[in-house]
Amino acid sequence: MNVASDFMLNDKCIRNGVRGGDAAATTSLSKFHFSAGTEALNMSLVFTLALRNLFQDRLRFIASLMGIVFSVVLVLVQMGLYFGFSGMITTMIDHTSTDLWIVSTGAKYFEDLSLLNTRMRDRLLAIEGVSEVVPGVVGFSAWSLPDGAMTSVVVVGSDVADHGVSPWNVVEGSAQSLATPGTVVIDRTYFDRLGVSGGVGATAQIRALPVTVGAVTDGIRSFTTTPYVFTDLRGARAYIGLPGGFTSHFLVRLKPGADIERTRQNILSNISGIQALTPDQFREQSRSFWLFSTGAGAALVAGALLGVIVGTVIVAQTLYSSTKDHLYEFATLRAMGASNSYIYQVIICQALVNAIIGFVIAALIGAAIVHFTAKSALQVVITPNLIIELFFVTIFMCIVSAITAIFRVVRVDPAIVLTR
Amino acid sequence: MTEPVIEAANVSKSFGSGPAWVQALKNVNLTLNGGELTVLMGPSGSGKTTLLSILGCMLAPSGGTVRVCGTSTSGARPEELAKIRRQHIGFVFQAYHLFSTLTAAENVLLALDVRGERGPKAMAKTEETLASVGLTSKMASFPRQLSGGEQQRVAIARAIVAEPSAILADEPTAALDAVNGQATMTILSTIAKERGRAVLVVTHDPRLFGFADRIVHIEDGSVTREQFTDLKSI
Repeated sequence: MNVASDFMLNDKCIRNGVRGGDAAATTSLSKFHFSAGTEALNMSLVFTLALRNLFQDRLRFIASLMGIVFSVVLVLVQMGLYFGFSGMITTMIDHTSTDLWIVSTGAKYFEDLSLLNTRMRDRLLAIEGVSEVVPGVVGFSAWSLPDGAMTSVVVVGSDVADHGVSPWNVVEGSAQSLATPGTVVIDRTYFDRLGVSGGVGATAQIRALPVTVGAVTDGIRSFTTTPYVFTDLRGARAYIGLPGGFTSHFLVRLKPGADIERTRQNILSNISGIQALTPDQFREQSRSFWLFSTGAGAALVAGALLGVIVGTVIVAQTLYSSTKDHLYEFATLRAMGASNSYIYQVIICQALVNAIIGFVIAALIGAAIVHFTAKSALQVVITPNLIIELFFVTIFMCIVSAITAIFRVVRVDPAIVLTR
Repeated sequence: MTEPVIEAANVSKSFGSGPAWVQALKNVNLTLNGGELTVLMGPSGSGKTTLLSILGCMLAPSGGTVRVCGTSTSGARPEELAKIRRQHIGFVFQAYHLFSTLTAAENVLLALDVRGERGPKAMAKTEETLASVGLTSKMASFPRQLSGGEQQRVAIARAIVAEPSAILADEPTAALDAVNGQATMTILSTIAKERGRAVLVVTHDPRLFGFADRIVHIEDGSVTREQFTDLKSI
């Protein structure tokens, strides 16, 4: 009958330090642990409970994290490829200074070889507001490899003096070397592909015509992975096999103060069979064709969606299984009078911890992928906006995953704690 | 005795339908008063747990009324019943049901946390309550590091830390040895006497009679006998 009193007495003794040094030290230590464990999380025990529930079964937690990491990396790579492709599709348009692009009616993108008569240049110059018209040639050709085999290249021809489509990011030699006939500029990314080992001064053949590398660029890659080869206008016609009186596009530059849209309309009303596109319009048209008309973009977006679905299912399964394992604890919480929102907070907190840790790991992997693909032909581009958006997608994915666990807990009868 | 804390009037409860229909409780009348330790006795299947669930607002009766601190639970939604439990009732379970991932102190603190009581005051209350059950030195221990008796004392601390008007204990000594069982009952009895709480202990252990102010016998869902006697000699 006096046991409880004994406990209390003992307790008092411990508190007063009467029991000696060891007991007092133990008490102080336990108080310290308690304080360190709870004062740091003064707001609520929800976070502590959620975190400890997650970490209790480390294997399950790791499986869940792997699911999230797999999912987020998949989405990152798919979207990174999408942005990488988008950038590559429009890279020539992005790096060319012009007010309007003139291409034939059927041309859908930069490399789409369509023929325009060079005499059109005079008609364009005659239109009010037009200051300068620069012809340019783009087309596929065959580059001979040292072993005699051939590989496709996209020849981009323009005269240096006209400031047409010219190479940029020149890391070796000079773009001005294109003024010399028979000179080409290639990107270092494609050295292996083109069988070029020496950079500037290396020689090769395009359609059996000799060429010399006059300059080397870094990072000019094509969406189709076919290397770009810059050269002069005349040479380009020869390498593509285009008759002298034809060109594939004109760059139209306007006089200062001229209205772009009005000039564009004037061009279209005066010349038939052509498109007059602002750089933005040409970019949009190119992207639209490659990413959506061909299905390439849709495949990437579908892959990203698949990643989100897989991640959601894996996290949902993990949270549900964790909730089932802790069902009696949730029932105890309900028996103690915890509100539904308190219990939801525990589960959602678990989901958020999963999301944040999983996302951080995935983002680090994403950064590594960006680093390793930076110099490759297939670049993954991850923008700050993509990271931010994906963070919110991950949070959303994990919260949606928590719904099944919440449904399970909502159905828990608190009275089950009396039957076990 | 002091004022009634939980009042059950003509409470009945049935489960299932058709051939599976079972009447677990039949017109039970029971009042739990502050300052009184009531022992609810009965054989297995007599309706003890069902009655405890109804008195503890975890189960709605099929008939009759339950009032907790003057508030009727009739027609209350689950969230409203949870609020009544939160405000007025503390539970002690046979299997303790401590949170395995929380320390003893955190388990007790949790009872305050669900009531929105946080910060230094809540922690002081937790320390004080654990001290009152003799567990000052075990505050940082996890349940797996505690003996059965210590775990049950943590469970009692959790039940009383928020100072509920009623403590409902379901077979609190069933999993304990005689010494720890006696200690647990002493604590519950002290809570009733010194803190003026209504304590209901469900048991079939006659050794606990000595702690009771009142013994209620239940059989086949009906209260068959109620004794308000000085039973210390039994």
